[in-house]
Parts: sequence; structure tokens; C-alpha cells
Amino acid sequence: MNAAVARVFPIATVVAAIMIVWYGFTVYLNAPWQIERYEKAGIEWQMEDLVRDTMALDRPILPAPHQIAIEIWQTTVEKKITSKRSLIYHGGITLSSTLLGFLMGTVLGIGLAVSIVENRAMDKSLMPWIITSQTIPILAIAPMIIVVLNSVGLTGLLPKALISTYLSFFPVVVGMVKGLRSPDPMHIDLMRTYKASRMQLFWKLRLPASVPFLFASMKVAIAISLVGAIVGELPTGAIAGLGARLLAGSYYGQTIQIWSALISAACMAAILISIVGLISHITLKRMGLQQ
Amino acid sequence: MTGFQTLLSRLGVGAALLALVSGFLGGGSDMAVIGGSLLLVLAGVRHVYGILPHIVIDLAAGLVGMAVLLVVLASGMGADFWWLLVASWLFCWLAVERGMMASTNTAMFSNVILLAVPVFFGIWIIFVWQMLAVGLDIPMVLLPSPAQIAVRFMASTSVLWADFQQTFLKAALIGYILGCGSAFILAIIIDRVPFLQRGLLPVGNFVSALPVIGIAPIMVMWFGFDWQSKAAVVVVMTFFPMLVNTVAGLQASQAMERDLLRTYASSYFQLLINLRLPTAAPFIFNALKINSTLALIGAIVAEFFGTPIVGLGFRISTEVGRMNLDMVWAEIVVAALAGSISYGLLSLLEKQVTFWHPSNRRNHS
Repeated sequence: MNAAVARVFPIATVVAAIMIVWYGFTVYLNAPWQIERYEKAGIEWQMEDLVRDTMALDRPILPAPHQIAIEIWQTTVEKKITSKRSLIYHGGITLSSTLLGFLMGTVLGIGLAVSIVENRAMDKSLMPWIITSQTIPILAIAPMIIVVLNSVGLTGLLPKALISTYLSFFPVVVGMVKGLRSPDPMHIDLMRTYKASRMQLFWKLRLPASVPFLFASMKVAIAISLVGAIVGELPTGAIAGLGARLLAGSYYGQTIQIWSALISAACMAAILISIVGLISHITLKRMGLQQ
Repeated sequence: MTGFQTLLSRLGVGAALLALVSGFLGGGSDMAVIGGSLLLVLAGVRHVYGILPHIVIDLAAGLVGMAVLLVVLASGMGADFWWLLVASWLFCWLAVERGMMASTNTAMFSNVILLAVPVFFGIWIIFVWQMLAVGLDIPMVLLPSPAQIAVRFMASTSVLWADFQQTFLKAALIGYILGCGSAFILAIIIDRVPFLQRGLLPVGNFVSALPVIGIAPIMVMWFGFDWQSKAAVVVVMTFFPMLVNTVAGLQASQAMERDLLRTYASSYFQLLINLRLPTAAPFIFNALKINSTLALIGAIVAEFFGTPIVGLGFRISTEVGRMNLDMVWAEIVVAALAGSISYGLLSLLEKQVTFWHPSNRRNHS
């Protein structure tokens, strides 16, 4: 009990501090615009009026946290899921391409890692280019890739998922290569004394040893997949998805909409990461690898 | 000769034979393709039977295949062309495979080979891209060929330089320095206050996994269209990875080592500079390298939400709209070069600073 409090208390303090600073900035940033409004309307105003009104603007420069919470509540619980204004609808679209991309990225990453570990020529020729591939700001050219893939006839989920794949395969490759090489030389020698074939060495020693590394990479990969999916949604003409909500919000100056899309993306990331964490925890425990 | 090499050479012979057969069946095939295929068949048979087993011959066979392909390259190539491409690729792979074996056996050329292999692979990627783009007649609006991109790159260096200045030198670099610098300072402060450490680190970890890029439209609203808003995005994107890594790094020194320095009566700052910062260096460089890519991404993506009429992101989004894909790719080359070079420079610096780290020590095994 005490340990839990000792863990949660500092985090809660920091979060509370962030909230206070946020509210402070809400008043500070929105004040000039609100004061201008008062002066135009010729209203005498007090400090408490200013504080109250800066937190209730329609299109504030910085919305207050409770405004965002209300907007999220309205667009998730009070709207039908099929509605175009429902955040659940948009979130679902982003989620599906995130998961598809994550899945493809993980499979691709594992495949590449296996071939890199098993073949030295592949290692030497592929590895530098895999690292280089990530220095290309793919997110930045994601919109173009989406447009090009659309004109080839690939529409809908797949182009966005491909962006996520490109981003998510990298941590998986790096983690898996490390993991497949992690077995102790002692253990490898032991397998050799058992006259294990290369396949047996792989299935019985290398692969199990790589599982903790795989899960650690998958946590990174799923977070980055989500980023890929969101950026992939930017150029689709702002049709659907959290990225489209961001873009539409920025076109029409709907700051509350932008922030609510942003916060729900953040929550989604947190939930996805903790799901992967949970699966990892259970798996590692059953494998006896949990420390 | 390993089984895998034999497999490669057999497949190579097979592909070259298929190129020959389809060349004769198709009729009207280029003499160069037929000659090249014949040569590859001979080279492959030679390798399978172990006559003149010098690696140079395998490499030469692959290179001759490439040269023939380059010479005959035109739009709408037949099956023989593609089979020859496959055969040359297999021979080059065989040469690389054998080079790798040689590099483990002889120390003399090993460094050269280890450097040459990835370069050769890169050349092959560009080569295949050129073959596919021209040979399959892919329209430029989908995928321009490397040659077209190179021509466009050369023709518009001044525009590219202006975009590079705006996006890289102003937005990304300034944001990067501010973000990493402030995170570094905050990390050192946090390190002194355990309460903040326990509170801020989970939050920092959480934020660095978030789609921070989403704040780009907000920053553009706050800081205007010019590079300041992009730099602000970069600051936020680079801040948390740097913070989390630096704090983790500062804790990396061992209690023994700290105790030793304390027995020398070292002050906090002496301890920091002589022990804790050096042990934190690998972590810090890790963050710096991650951030070098993030900074460029942040700066470019932020430009999609509004920008003056210059910048890599602006150019990419407008030229896509005008279907000038060669220009878009030229910008991508600039971005990729900038990203790779900064990553490379950081790695080099890392090797200089953390020369003592196990991963940088030369392996004498």
C-alpha cells in the first residue's frame, strides 16, 4: 500500500503541476483576445470574469483541460458511433490501420532479423541500409506516398498501414537481431555438444532467448505505428481518422477539436502500449523469463 | 565452397539459361543480352564444377551482366532481360557471399570488403530501381527513375539549397539545439531531486511514446508560419527522449565508482564531470541520434500545416500537387542526405567521446 502511494504520489504531483500550469497558460494566452472582446462590447470587467471567460471561449488559443474533456465526452459517448463527428469512429479507423501496419511491420522485422542473423552477407549488406532507411524522414514524405499509392489504385487502409509498417519494422529488426544474438556462448556450445543442427539451435535456443527483446521492440513499434497512421491520414483530403480530425481542426481553427483528437491519440497510444506490455508480462511469466 | 554458394550459382545458371531460352523463343532479342546470358551460364557452370575458382570471376560475371543490362535498357523489355537481371543479381550475391568468407579468413582486405559490401548493395538497389522504372515503363508521376531524379537534382540546386536552409539550418537545427539543450539541463536538475525523478520520469516516458507530431498545427497557430513554429515542434519532439535518456544515463555509474570518487573528496560537480557525465554519454548520444531523425521529421511535417513559400515540406506538398515527382524525390534525397550525414557525424563523435565503451572497442576475438 505504502509502496503504491510512494510510486503514485510524485507522478500525481507532477501531473497536477502540469494541469495548474496549463490553466495558467489558458488564461494568459487567451486573455488579450478576451480583453479585446470586452472593449469592443464596452463591458467593464473584473479579473474573475476574465478567468471565467478565457476558459469558455469557442476557439481559444489554448483550450482549458476541462473544455477538452467535455469535447471528448460529447464526441465519444453522446454521439452515435456511426456519426462522422464521433471520435470513436475516427479513432477506430486510425486504430485499424495502426494494427495492420504494426502486424506487417513486426512480421517483416522478424523475417529480416532472422535472415540477418543467419546469413553474414545479408547482415553486412542489409544492416547499414536498414539504419539509413530510418534517417529518411518517411513521415515527412508519407503524404506523397499515400497520394502515389492512391493513384496506383491502392486506397483505404493499406497505404496508411504501409507507412506504419515502414516505421515499425525498424525497432523490431534491431531488437530481434540483438535478441537472436543474445544467447550465451556457453549455451550455444552446450547445444553443439548435443549435436544440435542449425535449425534446432534456432528454434530451441535463439528464438526463445529473443522473446523479451521482441516484446520490448514491439512496445516501441506500436507507438510509432500509431504516429505513422496519423500522419498517413493527413493528406487523404481530411476524410476520416484522427489525423484527418487534426487537419480539419487546423483548417477551421477548431482548437478544441485538435486538442481532443490529440488527447485521444495519446490515450490510444498509452492503451496500446500497455496491452503489449500486459501480453509481454504474461508470456514472459509463462516462459519463466520474467525477473 | 558452402552449400549456399553452390545453390546461388546453380540458381544463377538457371536464370541465365532461362534468359537464353526466352531470348531465342521471343525472337528479335538483342545480341548483347544473349551474349551476356551465355557468359553468365559459362561462369556459373565453372563455379559449380570448381574450375578457376577465383572470386573475381564471379564478380566480373555479375558486373558484365549489369553492364549489358544498362546498355540495352529501353522501355518495355522482354522476359530475357528480366531473367538476365535476376542472373546478374545472383552472381553479385555469390561474389559478396564469397567475399564475406574471404574476409573472415584473411585479415588483409577485410576492412575494404566490409565497407564495399553495403555500398555495393546500395548501388544494386538504385540499379534495380532504374531497370524497373525504365524497363517496365513506369510513368514519372508514380515513380521517377534515379537518372531523372539526378538530372532534376542537378538542375535545381538553388531551390534545394534554399529549402535546406529554411527547414534544416533554421527550423530543425535550432529546434534540435534548444530541445536537446534544455532537456539536458533539466535532466541534471531532476537528477538532484529524487522526488522530481520519480514524478517526471514516468510522465516523460509516456510523452516520448506519444504522437507528439500532432502538436504541429497548434504550434503553427501559436508561433506563425515561419521557421519559429517548426522549431517549436522540434523542441517538443526532441525534449522528452533527451530528458529520459539523460536521466537514465546519469544513473548508470556504479555505486563503487561513485564511492571511489567520494573517498577522493570530490565535489558534486567534480563527480558529475569526471564520472557521471562520461558514463551517461552513451545514453545521451543514443538520444541525440534518435532526435536527429525526429527533428527533421518534425520540421518537415510542421510545414504541411502552413509555411512561407520555401522549405522541404512545403516543396514536397506543392510538387506532389503539381505531379512533379522528380522534384519531390530530389527533396527526399536532400532530406535523406541531411538525415544520414547528421546521424553519421553523431556516430563519429560518439566513437570519439565514448571510445572506452565496450561496443566501440575493437574486437580481438
